Amino acid sequence: MATTTADEPTRRDFIHIATGAAGAIGLGLLAWPLIDQMNPSAAVLALSSVEFDLSPIQEGQQVTVMWRGKPVFVRRRTQKEIAEARAVPIGSLPDQLARNANLPDSAPATDQNRMSKPEWLIMIGICTHLGCIPLDHQGDYGGYLCPCHGSQYDTAGRIRKGPAPENMYIPPYAYLSPTKIKIG
Amino acid sequence: MAGHSTYVPKSRFARWLDERLPILRLANDTITTYPTPRNLNFWYSFGGILTFMLGIQIVTGIVLAMHYVPAATMAFDSVENIMRDVNYGWLLRYMHSNGASFFFLAVYIHIFRGLYYGSYKAPREVLWILGVIIYVLMIATAFLGYVLPWGQMSFWAATVITNLFTSIDQILPHVGTAVTQWLWGGFAVGDPTLNRFFSLHYLLPFVIAGVVVLHIWALHVPGNNNPLGIDVRGPQDTVPFHPYYTVKDLFYLCLFIILYAIVVFYLPNALVEPDNYVPANPLVTPPEIVPEWYLLPFYAMLRSIPQKLIGVIVLFGALVTLVFVPWLDTSRVRSMRFRPLAKQFFWALLIDCLLLGYLGAHRPDAVFPGTEIPMLPFARLGTAYYFAYFWIILPLLGLIETPRPLPLTIATSVTGSGVEQVNAPAE
Amino acid sequence: MRFSRLALTLGLMFAASGANAAIDTSPLPPKQPGWSFDGPFGMYDRASLQRGFQVYKEVCSACHSLNRVSFHALSSDNGGNGFFTDPQVKAIAAGYKVPAGPNDKGETVDANGTPLTRPGIPADHFPPPFANEQAARTANNGALPPDLSIITKARAGGPDYVYSIVTGFHQKPPAGFTVLPNKYYNPYFNGWNISMPPPLSANQVTYSDGTKATVEQMAHDVVTFLSWAAEPTMENRKRIGFGVMLFLIAFAGLLYLSYRRVWADIH
Repeated sequence: MATTTADEPTRRDFIHIATGAAGAIGLGLLAWPLIDQMNPSAAVLALSSVEFDLSPIQEGQQVTVMWRGKPVFVRRRTQKEIAEARAVPIGSLPDQLARNANLPDSAPATDQNRMSKPEWLIMIGICTHLGCIPLDHQGDYGGYLCPCHGSQYDTAGRIRKGPAPENMYIPPYAYLSPTKIKIG
Repeated sequence: MAGHSTYVPKSRFARWLDERLPILRLANDTITTYPTPRNLNFWYSFGGILTFMLGIQIVTGIVLAMHYVPAATMAFDSVENIMRDVNYGWLLRYMHSNGASFFFLAVYIHIFRGLYYGSYKAPREVLWILGVIIYVLMIATAFLGYVLPWGQMSFWAATVITNLFTSIDQILPHVGTAVTQWLWGGFAVGDPTLNRFFSLHYLLPFVIAGVVVLHIWALHVPGNNNPLGIDVRGPQDTVPFHPYYTVKDLFYLCLFIILYAIVVFYLPNALVEPDNYVPANPLVTPPEIVPEWYLLPFYAMLRSIPQKLIGVIVLFGALVTLVFVPWLDTSRVRSMRFRPLAKQFFWALLIDCLLLGYLGAHRPDAVFPGTEIPMLPFARLGTAYYFAYFWIILPLLGLIETPRPLPLTIATSVTGSGVEQVNAPAE
Repeated sequence: MRFSRLALTLGLMFAASGANAAIDTSPLPPKQPGWSFDGPFGMYDRASLQRGFQVYKEVCSACHSLNRVSFHALSSDNGGNGFFTDPQVKAIAAGYKVPAGPNDKGETVDANGTPLTRPGIPADHFPPPFANEQAARTANNGALPPDLSIITKARAGGPDYVYSIVTGFHQKPPAGFTVLPNKYYNPYFNGWNISMPPPLSANQVTYSDGTKATVEQMAHDVVTFLSWAAEPTMENRKRIGFGVMLFLIAFAGLLYLSYRRVWADIH
């Protein structure tokens, strides 16, 4: 590394700037592992997706699956529930967005946009008001009732009445086979 | 030397802050303009290296504590989780475990430098004693830390060392056992022991940091000693700490880190007992229980004495001896550069400590490899020499030795033009 | 545990080998066959890892657990340190039965009393062959086959030692040496009486890549696999280490030049 000639009276020599810069880079390289270690570890990431077998679930029944520490409702809807959900005009909904991670953010909250197959509602079971877990098959709309502050959702998990601002979220998921889903 | 601050705030903000909390002034006086003898050599860079290693241990320790679980059933597995699954966990763990070894390597060089150049002599006695306190706290911290992975060595080293306190029973019946059970939180080393060791291991490094602040403060009052052992006479003998010693310390620190990096990346388990990769089993004692290398000399001293209580007293006595060194050394000359006879005994002390370290790794009944010569007499001789050096040799040497003539001043010694003054006493 | 008990334990250990007290039964220095991962630039041989995994699976896992290794660690996708792809890992995991929690009725065993199991997922760890230590000892004449997850780090001599043990059988014990009941002669093991029967015999495993399955080959492969299992991140460590060393040496050079520049007017 060449140094400059010694006619500069101050110590702002190129060599010192180069050394200082190298030191700053070194500190940055040292800092990265210290920061990255707080990111989810490989053990946590191994559980970042969950596979679930749908075949034991009866029509009208709901099962809760834990995914990334959150409850996911897997509900097998009856024909009646599907029809009820599809009959609702979108304009009457308090929240008109689908809130579906598998679709663009702007997708409207039609029943078709809330699930890939109409028979299966797969939804994060956390009330969008303050985070309680709603009770299923309750409330005026045949869907969900949150016991904490009275929010009511329909059979597509959309908010209809009460303080919750948004429809319950749909997680990213895909069908590996007609009876097996992978969430996340 | 503690003199008047020459700091002048360079900006309005600096002036505003200086009137409220003179922290920039403090930084200027202690780091930038602090007058340091111009003749400090390589051996004087280890203070800075130690500060860096303390920082590394604290930072890696804090992030490791985010993943470690201090429960007997989970500790070992949590360390394996760190090694396998946590991002860069293997690097942080190896930095921390080998960082302890390098921390001790640096502290031993730092201590021996102080012994050689007489840095403990008046007016730096308190500086030296604070250093001994830091060293004892380091030993405690390292011992507590070694227990945490809950391997076979962790568990059994904890058992052996905490059992030392039962020797108090021989002076005060039942008190020793009570103290030991109080330490354990039970009737043997177990889950409560591990949990409290973790809490204390997290605490002590911050206590060390506090004592280090005092240590540096106590240094800045009289100023640094130097390899000649003679006092600074004026500004011609010193240079400002920044940039002269900041860049010099950084350079030597970088060389030290290269050595540290070689071990962390290529020899990470060279200093580790394989038995510590076996989960702790209270029912199986490993064939050899040995502490980490930096505690081996003390372990050799302990095991060279068959009587348990005397062994414990000798062990603690070896550490307490260090406190009295400023008064045990009667010489009026600080630096052993000018004490040809003392120098020989100093080197013998260094070899003695290395020998005790080697012997500490072997059982008391061991023989030297390939021979029938037992090691135990050498461990006893080595222990005896350690105590003799401080309690007999150093006091006597100051009285009987004729030191070489000291240089007049640091500046003239460096530029090589000074007339030498005969037997100038150190102040 | 008092010193006297410690001394007694050590003494008993010596006395227990009293049957062979006259001969020094310290282990032979381990063989050193050389490993692909030796040295500062050594890496794991991927083909050897796959063969070694096959040997572990088909031979060793009957008695030895691998508790700390998870299936997902076997993956080399997404920056993983393994040697299979994600779909392969998923298939490997599904081939294992791992203990399952209570079913909906709260039962933990089925009608025959066998504990409930479910197919493994990548997040699971390798399930142990025995439910607990007591079951392992009962099945192995009172000896406990150690877990192999970190065995190459948990033994002095590392991979060389494990290789020597595995290939050190089938020798004739020297005259005057008694092989104890339910034990086997192996001079690489301390005391020369090892509880493990010779685990490998020629062509015990059929390698899918056609490599001849000699005892040395299988031993070499399984020890490579076990070395990986003990330290899957070793290759990261050496790669990052190389970069760090280059940086530090360059930085030391820069610092030296800065140092000389600063001190130029003093010297």
